[in-house]
Amino acid sequence: MSGALRIELGRRYCFAASHRLHTPQLSEEENCRVFGKCNNPHGHGHNYVVEVSVSGEVDPATGMIANLVDLDAFVEQQVLEEFDHKSLNEDVPAFREKVPTTENLCIEIYRRLEHFPHAKLVRVRIQETGNNSFEYSGGNQEGRT
Amino acid sequence: MVLLTRKIEFSASHLYHNPNLSAEENRRIFGKCNNPHGHGHNYTLEVTVAGEPDPVTGMVLDLKELKEILDREVMQRMDHRHLNYEVPELAGQIPTCENIARVIWQLLEPKIKQGRLHRVRLYESADLFADCYRKGANGAAN
Repeated sequence: MSGALRIELGRRYCFAASHRLHTPQLSEEENCRVFGKCNNPHGHGHNYVVEVSVSGEVDPATGMIANLVDLDAFVEQQVLEEFDHKSLNEDVPAFREKVPTTENLCIEIYRRLEHFPHAKLVRVRIQETGNNSFEYSGGNQEGRT
Repeated sequence: MVLLTRKIEFSASHLYHNPNLSAEENRRIFGKCNNPHGHGHNYTLEVTVAGEPDPVTGMVLDLKELKEILDREVMQRMDHRHLNYEVPELAGQIPTCENIARVIWQLLEPKIKQGRLHRVRLYESADLFADCYRKGANGAAN
């Protein structure tokens, strides 16, 4: 029966960062109308919670899909070191061109993690606040620009 | 299709050790989870059942019945137990979140007569969980 089952491992990480939602493709008035207080000129911050899910065969010798030490080190290097206590707009090159909405943040983090060598990345879910969350599972790579 | 989820919590101890590996390899792979006398967690189990609400009762399944199944199959087996030594279904397996979630799926699936088991999510802590799905089900990445 277990051959017909799919197991995923989920791990939660946290980082704190600031952002400002603003696009040069819109006028000042339109930016203000579309993004509201998220367009305030000096930005604001969140404690982001990132849930990373990977899948694969459970190794009978270890009982694991992937060793958490490896996953933690990869996420630390690919995401946390570059995002924690940073400005997403100023410090993350991907957001020089794209609005750092949490939708786009999901896609960016997915891209950074999809080459994890020990298991298959299946989902990135981000809670921007306790009330807002976003998920990305690959596929359509078009984010909001 | 409607999804219904019930949550329970249980407390258990475990340790990670593979007798086919050397003491050094066990220590390297499993770290502090290999400490010889084990350690424990408060596990949170979320069980999701999928189905259509019955036109008479409005229920996918009777929550009371699901509660009884969870109590019988999971709580009585695992709550305040040592997962390595006291749960025969886990014998010969490392009691990781992944393996426990799969064993819980195998215990619950044949007992759920209304609707069908959709997902078993087992949290070992707030930051670590395993999901078990049937391959090909909605919500499972294939």
